[in-house]
Formats: sequence, C-alpha cells, structure tokens
Amino acid sequence: MTRKRRRLLTVVAGMSCLGVAVALMLNAYGDGLVFFYSPSELESHHVTPGQRLRIGGLVEENSVVRQSDGLTITFKVTDLSKTVPVSYRGIVPDLFREGQGVVAEGSLGADGVFMASNILAKHDEKYMPPEVAAALKKSGRWKDGAGPEGVTKP
Amino acid sequence: MIPEIGHFALILALAVAMVQGTLPLVGAARNIAPWVALARPAAVAQAVLLAISFAALTWCYVVSDFSVANVVANSHSLKPMLYKVAGVWGNHEGSLLLWVLVLAVFGSAVALFGTNLPAPFRARVLAVQALIAVGFDLFMLLTSNPFARMDPAPVDGMGLNPLLQDPGLAFHPPFLYLGYVGFSMAYSFAIAALLEGRVDPAWARWVRPWTLAAWVLLTFGIVGGSHWAYYELGWGGWWFWDPVENASFMPWLAGTALLHSAIVVEKRDTLKSWTVLLAIVTFSLSLLGTFLVRSGVLTSVHAFATDPARGVFILGFLLVVVGGSLTLYAVRAPALKGGGLFAPMSREGSLLLNNLLLSTAAATVLLGTLYPLLLDAVTGEKVSVGKPYFDMTFGPLMVPLFAAMGIGPLMAWKRGDLAGAIGRLRFAFLAALLIAAVVWWQVSKVSVLALFGYSLAAWVAIGVLIELAERIWLFKAPPADVFRRLRRLPRSSIGMTLAHLGIAVTLIGIVSSESFTEEHLIVLKPGDVTEVGGYFVAFRGVEEVEGPNYTALRGRFEVSRDGKFLYAMSPEARNYPTPPMATTEAAIRPTLGGDLYVVIGEAQGDGWAARLYFKPLVQWIWGGGLFMVLGGMLSLSDRRHRIGAPRQAAAGLAPAARPAPAE
Repeated sequence: MTRKRRRLLTVVAGMSCLGVAVALMLNAYGDGLVFFYSPSELESHHVTPGQRLRIGGLVEENSVVRQSDGLTITFKVTDLSKTVPVSYRGIVPDLFREGQGVVAEGSLGADGVFMASNILAKHDEKYMPPEVAAALKKSGRWKDGAGPEGVTKP
Repeated sequence: MIPEIGHFALILALAVAMVQGTLPLVGAARNIAPWVALARPAAVAQAVLLAISFAALTWCYVVSDFSVANVVANSHSLKPMLYKVAGVWGNHEGSLLLWVLVLAVFGSAVALFGTNLPAPFRARVLAVQALIAVGFDLFMLLTSNPFARMDPAPVDGMGLNPLLQDPGLAFHPPFLYLGYVGFSMAYSFAIAALLEGRVDPAWARWVRPWTLAAWVLLTFGIVGGSHWAYYELGWGGWWFWDPVENASFMPWLAGTALLHSAIVVEKRDTLKSWTVLLAIVTFSLSLLGTFLVRSGVLTSVHAFATDPARGVFILGFLLVVVGGSLTLYAVRAPALKGGGLFAPMSREGSLLLNNLLLSTAAATVLLGTLYPLLLDAVTGEKVSVGKPYFDMTFGPLMVPLFAAMGIGPLMAWKRGDLAGAIGRLRFAFLAALLIAAVVWWQVSKVSVLALFGYSLAAWVAIGVLIELAERIWLFKAPPADVFRRLRRLPRSSIGMTLAHLGIAVTLIGIVSSESFTEEHLIVLKPGDVTEVGGYFVAFRGVEEVEGPNYTALRGRFEVSRDGKFLYAMSPEARNYPTPPMATTEAAIRPTLGGDLYVVIGEAQGDGWAARLYFKPLVQWIWGGGLFMVLGGMLSLSDRRHRIGAPRQAAAGLAPAARPAPAE
C-alpha cells in the first residue's frame, strides 16, 4: 500500500466514525431531548400525550392530596396564571411542599393529568430552580431580587 | 492581617507568573540564556507564593474569620473541623485558588526535576504553564477574590451545603483538580513542541508519565464522585449524565485517547500532530469543565447575566487558550512530519481506532452537555439532555471500542495479523457466547442488551487474560519458567492488563445493576416485614437522633436471610439548620454480590414511606474503576516511565532486551 492510500484509509475511517456519531446524535435528538414547559406553555404548545417532558412552577397551596395507597400524591403546579394537575407515586424529595418551587419530569396523560416519574427538588429552602424562576417571570408574577444564589453541586 | 498576606501573596504570584510567562519565551526564541534560566526559579517562587496564599485562606476557614466574605458564605462556626478545611475548596473562589496552586506545584516539579530537558524547551514549557496561571490569577483578582473582606463582619457564617458535608465529597474534587491540572502539563509540552517545531519519541516519553498521572488522579476523582452520588443523594443512581459529571468525563475520554496515542509517538514516531492536538483538546476540555462547574453557568445561563464580568472573562480566557493554541497548531502542525509508514492492521492502527472512537465519544458528550446551554442562550427554550440521549449515542460507540480492545494488544507493531489475532482469541469468543448462554438460561427475564453486555465484558476480560497468558507462556513452559516470566513482565504491561480488566469489571457492574435492580416502594408500619433480593427486611420503627450540626429521624430495619438475623440498617432523614436543608442518608450494605439500599421517607399515617433496593454487583462499577487506577499507578511505577527515562535510553541502556511493552 502506498503512503497516499494509507492516509486515505485513515481519513475514510475517521470520516465514517464521525458519520456514525452524527447519525446516532440526530437519531437521539428526536427523543433524547426533554423540553421544559411552564403550565401556561403546556397549554399553548399542544403537547402530545406520552411525550417526555419537564414541567415546573410552584406547588399550589392546599392542592397536595395523598391517595389511599399512601404512596401516590396528587398536586397542582402553577405559574400563578395557569395550573396543571400532577400525579406522582413515590417518596417526594425532602423539600417538596406547598408554595415551593418544583420541577417534575414525566408525560402528559390523555386526561390532562401530568404523570410524573421523577420529582426534582435539588435545592434548599431559599432557592428557586432557574427554570421555575424563568417560568414565573414569563407569567409576570416574579418579584426580582427574591431568592439568593442556588446550590452549586461540585 | 492573615487574609491580606494571602491576598498580597496572590498578587505577587501573578507578577511572578507574568515574568515567567514572557521573558523565558523571548529568551528561548532569541537565545538569551539568562532569560531562559529565569523560568526555573520563577516557577518555584510562584509555587511558594501560592502555597502561602492558600495557607492563608485555609487559616481563615480554620479560625472562622468571618470578616472574609468567602468564609461567611461557605462556613459556619459550628461546622466540624474537617468540613471547615474542605470548605476552602468547596466554593468557586477557593477552588480556583487550589487549581492554580496545583498548577504551580506541577510547574515547579518540572523546574526542579526536569534537569534532563533541554533548557530552552523547559523554559517554554514553564512559560506556557505560567501563562495559564496568569489567566487564573487575573480571574481571581478581578472577579472572584477569595480574600474579599466584609465590613461589618457578621456574627456567624451561612454554612456549607449539608450535601457537601461528607468525607467522600470533601476529597473527590481535589482529585478531579489534580487530574485536570495534570493535563495542563501535556498541554504545555504540546505548545512548547509546536513552538520548537519538533515532536520526537523523547517528547512522548515526557508527556506519557504526566498524562498517565493526570489520568490516574482524574479516574480516582470520577470514581469517588460517582460513589458519593450513589450513597449520598439517596436515589440509588451512580451516574446521572449530569453536566457536572460530564464536565469531568470529557477530559477523561480525551485523556484516555491521549494516553494511547502518546504510546504510538513514543514507539513508532508517528501520529505526532494528532497527539499534539489531543493534548490541546484534553486540556481545553479540562478548562471548560472547571469553568462550567464553578461559574454557575450550569445552574442557569443567566448566571452570566447576574455577574457579567465573570462570564465575559471566562469566555475570553477560553477563547484565548483554545483559539490561540489551535491557531498555533494550524500554523505549525504541518511541520511535524510523521515517521514510519502506518498500516491499518497493526498495533498502531488499533490504537488509532481507539483514538477515533474515544474522541468521537467525547464529542457526543460535549454536544449533549452544551446543547441545552446554547439553545437557552439563543432561543430561550429550556431542554434537558439526559440519559436517553447518552444511551443512544455514547453506548453504541463503546461497543466497537470494547470489541477492538480485545484484539489491539495482540497485534504486533507495524504489521499486525488480524486473522491470527482473532484466531488466538477464539477462546474469548467462545467464553462470550458461553456467558450469554448461561445468563440466559439462569435468569428468567433478561434483555438482549444485557446478554450482549455480559458477552462484551467476557470478551474483553478473556482477551486481556489471553494476552497475558501468551506473554508468560502459560501452559507452554514449565510452571517455574512461567512464574519467572510473570515476575519479569514490565510493570506497565501488567498495568495495562489490570486497567483493561477494570473496564470489563465495570461493564459487568453496570449491566447487572441496570438490568436486575429490585426496587420496592412501600409504606411500612413498625413490625412489617418485606422481601427484597432474597433478604427479609423487618421495620422496627423510628427514633429522633441528634447529630453534631443536625437533627435526624432514624429508621431501624433488621435484615435476615433464611431465618437468621444478619444485621441492622439505619437510614436517616436529616435536618440541618444552617443553611436550612433536609437530606436523606441512605443505609447501604455493600457486598460483592450486591447492595441492600434502604431510604426512609416521611410519615404516612401510622407508617413510614420507605424505598428498598437490591442492586446486584453494583460495587463492581467502582471496583473496576479502582482496577484502572491501580493499573495506571503500576504502569507509572515502571522504570521506563520515570522522569529520568530518556536520559537512560540516551546512555545506551535502552530496554532492547526486554519484550516489547504493550501498554
């Protein structure tokens, strides 16, 4: 084999490697991406039931109801202009409570109830998840200057 | 007074770094010997000054000097001493100081022990190191001064996030840093080589131990971080493809590639410009990782907006380092002529494949990590890129990598015999099939993917062992002879065997814990018994307990098997007053066969919610990581990897009589 052909072979191998990677990535971007919506956006975006997404806002006061099995809870997430009912089975994070910010990952059921598979509340009591803060800002109910810096995970 | 000394030492260090970063460069270019000679004492002085600065900050934490803003924000007088000290680097400013200190210490190591390097080359390496330090020093002094005072001083501090109050967490970030900064050596050597326009095997012999050392430290840091997430976060997961984790994983992938390509430069004097590029990329990813994690940009891109000075500086610095070095590369790399011819079917060919796959994998992780930030910055849309994306992109790239891992070490340099290597690996292939068959037969419900994972692990493990067996003539020579050969094996070759075995062990752990984890979520009343993973777990109730700086609700669980009491487990739900935060402390019983993992939730009527897991072979994940660390250390201790190696080789002590090492 000549030097030229070898170089060509190396380049071809490299290119095909990249090509495969790009194909994999394009494929994954279809359903590997999880979009974040506020309750208002959820309504305006016409999300198809079953699509994986995240929603965030505040847990509405007096909306948390524990179901009879002791493990399922239902509550409402609000951005103070719209609300979404959410159902979750599991142990809620330590700082999950009414009036606090919350981010839930899951999918919208056909009945309009958001079935959460995961509740994220990696924050301390003073902290608002950035997505939630942005959602509240969008709905015009955010007071600037509230909530200091967040938890930085090292 | 003490904080001012620290602050002043930091400013002096910046001044020294500025001198060290300029004069030796000019001196090396124009043959001005005194300017070249300046690099060594400057490097040592810089390390001493930064050590003083770091000691001063540590002192402020130890005595809880609340006139220093950094201490106020991250410490508290009631915190245990260990975490007061760990608090020094548990924050943005302090971690930067640690970073630049490590950088300076490594630089002074080259200054002191690099006596066999040509003086102009050494001066260039040290100058590049100093320029990196200038960037960090300026960043600290201009935007994130760790010694900023507060007047009036508050009575007490705000405390350290309780999640971070854990020995595992206190000590894994420094290891990550040591790893990141270690790659700066490879970077400085690469830039110096580009400036000189020369890369040779002696260069690779210098770069390899530094890269290996950095890789070992980074691996250890990642393993530690993953283990910490597993037992501290209480979700039972061990890797979340969280941007923070990715930030350390990308340099690891690129560094692993660099580790392998430097071998080709050393042994075959080819693949030079690629190796130089990898060194640049690896360090750039390390820098990106440091900044991504510490600047708050991950919490939100708007963190840049709240502190524009920091954001602009970071972007500018990254632009200079990455853009500048890539420009230099573009200008100078064509001058780095490759040596010998390059056959695709050879050891160097398989190492090149390893490099292609690893760097492509690093690219997919990079894209997945940055995409949400870019999208948010451009359109304001919020997305998260999680496990599904990485499963679909990163996973498939690892399959050919592992498949090639069995074959590569069996190929000869220059001209490998692929068919022969595959023939020698027939046992590995059979073992892979056998393992899949046994698992399929033993376990009722098992996915094809899991079977494939086990096969791949068996292929790697047996392939590695076959390579070792051939090397020591196992079954071919009398046992005494075999033993003698084993003892004479270069440590770097045993190190490779161990590290590659580690990959197989980790893979087995991942496949087992991902496929066969048993999880129960139930409400338990005192006296209730539940079964998980063959164990019977009885709930005995909860009690209130008082910790040094928290109160906790502690559940008591009694575990038995076959009617015999084994041990008690006590998961806790803790409440910290400063800063107010609740954490769950999972109770974990780790064994080689699998972990029992119990988390206690909140009260539900007269019972308590609890989550019980049995995670088979999960410890193997980190066990394999430790194999890699051990293998790397063993390889590092190889005589030929010591810093003095080039000198010995030059003196005619070249290890020609030794078998060709197969790192």
